[in-house]
Amino acid sequence: MAIKKSSDSIRPDGRKIDECREIKAKVGVIPNADGSAMFAFGDTIAIAAVYGPKPLHPQHLQNPEKGVLRCNYNMLSFSVTERIKPGSSRRSQEISKVTEWALYPALMIDKYPNTVVDVHISILQANASTRVAGINAASLALAHAGVPMKSLVAAVSIGKIDKTLIVDVSKDEEDWEEGEGATDIPFAFVEDGEAISLLQLDGKIMPEQLKEAAEMAQKACKEIIEIQRKALKEVVKE
Amino acid sequence: MTDDEGRKIVTPGEVIFTGDDYLPGEGTEKKDKKIIALRLGIVEESNNLVKIIPISGVYIPRRGNVVIGKIEDITFNGWIINIDAPTSSFLSVMECPRYLNKSDLSEFLDIGELVVAKIDSVKRKGVDLTIKIKGLGKVEGGLIIKINSSKVPRVIGKEGSMVNLIKKETNCEMTVGQNGYVWIKGNSIEEELFAKKAVMLVAEQALLNGLTDKIKEWFDKEKK
Repeated sequence: MAIKKSSDSIRPDGRKIDECREIKAKVGVIPNADGSAMFAFGDTIAIAAVYGPKPLHPQHLQNPEKGVLRCNYNMLSFSVTERIKPGSSRRSQEISKVTEWALYPALMIDKYPNTVVDVHISILQANASTRVAGINAASLALAHAGVPMKSLVAAVSIGKIDKTLIVDVSKDEEDWEEGEGATDIPFAFVEDGEAISLLQLDGKIMPEQLKEAAEMAQKACKEIIEIQRKALKEVVKE
Repeated sequence: MTDDEGRKIVTPGEVIFTGDDYLPGEGTEKKDKKIIALRLGIVEESNNLVKIIPISGVYIPRRGNVVIGKIEDITFNGWIINIDAPTSSFLSVMECPRYLNKSDLSEFLDIGELVVAKIDSVKRKGVDLTIKIKGLGKVEGGLIIKINSSKVPRVIGKEGSMVNLIKKETNCEMTVGQNGYVWIKGNSIEEELFAKKAVMLVAEQALLNGLTDKIKEWFDKEKK
């Protein structure tokens, strides 16, 4: 990607510090799934498919108290410039697990014991922030599948260029080594942007600045929730 | 936000009404004097009871529903039937209308065959089915199509108006399962395919108002 620098922005692509890349959201992209959605932050495109609630097999994985959520995050081999080996990796397993934890607090699947809700997230094209794009797509797909939810889940990544916090990091910003070094903090919010369900930190940040980052993420997530609602309502209108 | 016909569409977490005047129904929750939506759908309010009509998602079994399912397995005292629901369902030999030789239940219903059944009870462990009532039983001949279970009420129509219209116009027998399976049986394959086309059209336009009249028009045009 060509780096162009506009005079009034410190970001490589000339965005404002609290500006996300162009967000695209579409519900109902996979006809055979019970619920599906696409979510994109600029060049980062994620699709999610939800199947269930359905009986869970093998039986020993069933929980007689409440339903089980199973997430599967997968980066497709052509999603980055250098082809990646397809299939499960250490990284994708970790992201699958944190995605599960980020989504679970919003779901009300305790009424469906011994069942499973399967969420499959595929990254079609990656330019950083893939896990948050995946969470956003999964939230839409879950709502589309009719799974009872307390609220939608919105996620965004906060980065740092030297000392300045930025919203929605791209690959260039993720690798920004000048100054304090590269920092990437993915956030996910539930309860309409009032509670955090995912917070990871890759890099370093001062405690006071982390609070500031959380506020920036909250503001961005509230905007994302509005976009999600709009996308969901479009599927009704067709 | 409302759609073209003035119906209110809600998404999970959205506040539908504020105040103590309303009661939360299906798909909603009351929290701090607010009625909150728990799923995607269209709001329906009657006698201050607010509920959400789903527009997508899997079939959730309810007592009294007529469903069409596939025999998945045979046990010593009945059949395990797949009705595309979150829990498995069971049809006991006791619920059969005639005497059966218990040593070979596959004589009556074999694995892979389809059956029209009524939901007798919904328990935590699963669903119990019955075929003791007239009109229920094995699916023989005709064709089966699957639509989303949320579109079934439109295919049936008000007091069965839509089903009766399609039946009349195509000379086919039709059984609509609440789980989204539709069994069409006619005198010829052409008639059956015509009925299938009509059902698919209804399912596609399930969100429009006055659908029965529109389908009537469509039939008039197709028949010419």
